[in-house]
Amino acid sequence: MTVADVLLLALGALAVGSGALVVTSSHLVRAGLYLVVSLGAIAGLYLVLGAELVAWVQILVYVGAVVVLLLFAVMLTRAPIGPSAGLDRPAFPAVLIGGGAGLGLAVLFADAFRWVRYPEPEPGTAERVGEQIFGAWVLPFEVLSILLLSALVGAIVLSRPDIGARRSTPEQPDPDQANPDPATAGGEVKA
Amino acid sequence: MPLWLDLLIRVVAVMAAFLVLPLVVGQAEHKVMAHMQGRLGPMYAGAFHGWAQLVADGVKFVQKEDVTPREADRAVFRLAPIVALFPYLVIFLTIPLGPGGLVAQRLDIGLFLVLAVMGIGVVAVLMSAWSSANKYSLLGGVRGAAQLLGYELPLVLSAASVAMAAGTLSLPGIVEAWQPWWLIWQAPAALVFFIAGLAEIRRPPFDMPIADSELVFGYMTEYTGLRFAFFLLAEYVGIVVIAALTTVLFLGGWHGPNPDQLGWLWTLLKIFALSFVIIWLRVSYPRLREDQLQRLCWLVLVPTALAQLVLTAAVKALT
Repeated sequence: MTVADVLLLALGALAVGSGALVVTSSHLVRAGLYLVVSLGAIAGLYLVLGAELVAWVQILVYVGAVVVLLLFAVMLTRAPIGPSAGLDRPAFPAVLIGGGAGLGLAVLFADAFRWVRYPEPEPGTAERVGEQIFGAWVLPFEVLSILLLSALVGAIVLSRPDIGARRSTPEQPDPDQANPDPATAGGEVKA
Repeated sequence: MPLWLDLLIRVVAVMAAFLVLPLVVGQAEHKVMAHMQGRLGPMYAGAFHGWAQLVADGVKFVQKEDVTPREADRAVFRLAPIVALFPYLVIFLTIPLGPGGLVAQRLDIGLFLVLAVMGIGVVAVLMSAWSSANKYSLLGGVRGAAQLLGYELPLVLSAASVAMAAGTLSLPGIVEAWQPWWLIWQAPAALVFFIAGLAEIRRPPFDMPIADSELVFGYMTEYTGLRFAFFLLAEYVGIVVIAALTTVLFLGGWHGPNPDQLGWLWTLLKIFALSFVIIWLRVSYPRLREDQLQRLCWLVLVPTALAQLVLTAAVKALT
């Protein structure tokens, strides 16, 4: 076993272990923090595999933004310290589906790639990833960017009642917009 | 030189810089603030103009009782100051001091690492805020998270502009590619980066998360002794890191007369000059209100950074 193997195994165990804690912990915020550990360990896996850029993107996007937004939302609503009693989380189907999918995939991959030896690819430096994305994969990349852009525009339209999401019947206000602030309310009347 | 010796020297040098530079900046803050306000500042500790004041402060922090609130989530509460400090230690590894590999760890994508690791600071803020079981802490933490998430955008965009100009993501590579006229070409990006950096380290005038007149001390309210000292250290290391990154990205790092021998001196001088500006801003400007803070970020800094990206791309395409 090389050092890389040991690191892969250790980081994998960390990722899976903290991932399991995310779904089993009854401390709401701690579950989010375990998610940080799990995603960080996956970034470590990318690093060991030589995909530097992907690893730092993982940290920047998932640890630095996605989990933070999640924690932020939890703290804005209900975030008790200590275990929460009334969590509705049936264990049996989760174990069945999660364990089944995990074990099945593991068996499938081990069987499929057991006899195949791949040459080690070059490290995924920024230069190489950039060449690939803007060379061979430029069309999917652009399509994805259009998808993200339309999602952004959609989010703005949905969250601003003065430019979109018009009500069909003014007499029945949307429960979300029961209390529009005065600035947008003026625009609504005109529309 | 054998590999392990080289490694040891680099690690020791980074640790030394990590412990000394923030103290120098902290002491400078005491004295500069005092003189700007017509006071003398610390004068007794260490006999000569109070040079040992921060050492004395450190001893005082060590002696204090380490209090954890009864309702707090102890494990998270204790971990938070370390999580706050750790990213800056990693960033210190990547900052080039001079030409010819005078950097602890030369990385192909150092800039990306720096920006990614800086994002972890938000997690520390949320951890300390929530685990303190204190409403002021929680309010401060939620403000802090909103601020850090918002200001990360202009920070990354303005750094992307200079990376585009240099054509590399490596920090020493950016300094090598730097030319004096970039001072004008990249000036908007430099300003945006510096201001967003100030907000990232939550220094006045962007200290809404720890606004002491309304939130006691924000997410640090419940911390005492050594753990509080860790947060303070993180703040001063943050000053050094933001000053150093601005120096490296926008002010040409080691460029100056005779860069091969004196490069490290120019870098350090620029870092200290920028640190002085950061202290100066603290003394000069009142705290931004929460809505002003978000307005500045989304309506001024982000559009400026985007315009700078267009400008950079245009100049790059034409030349």
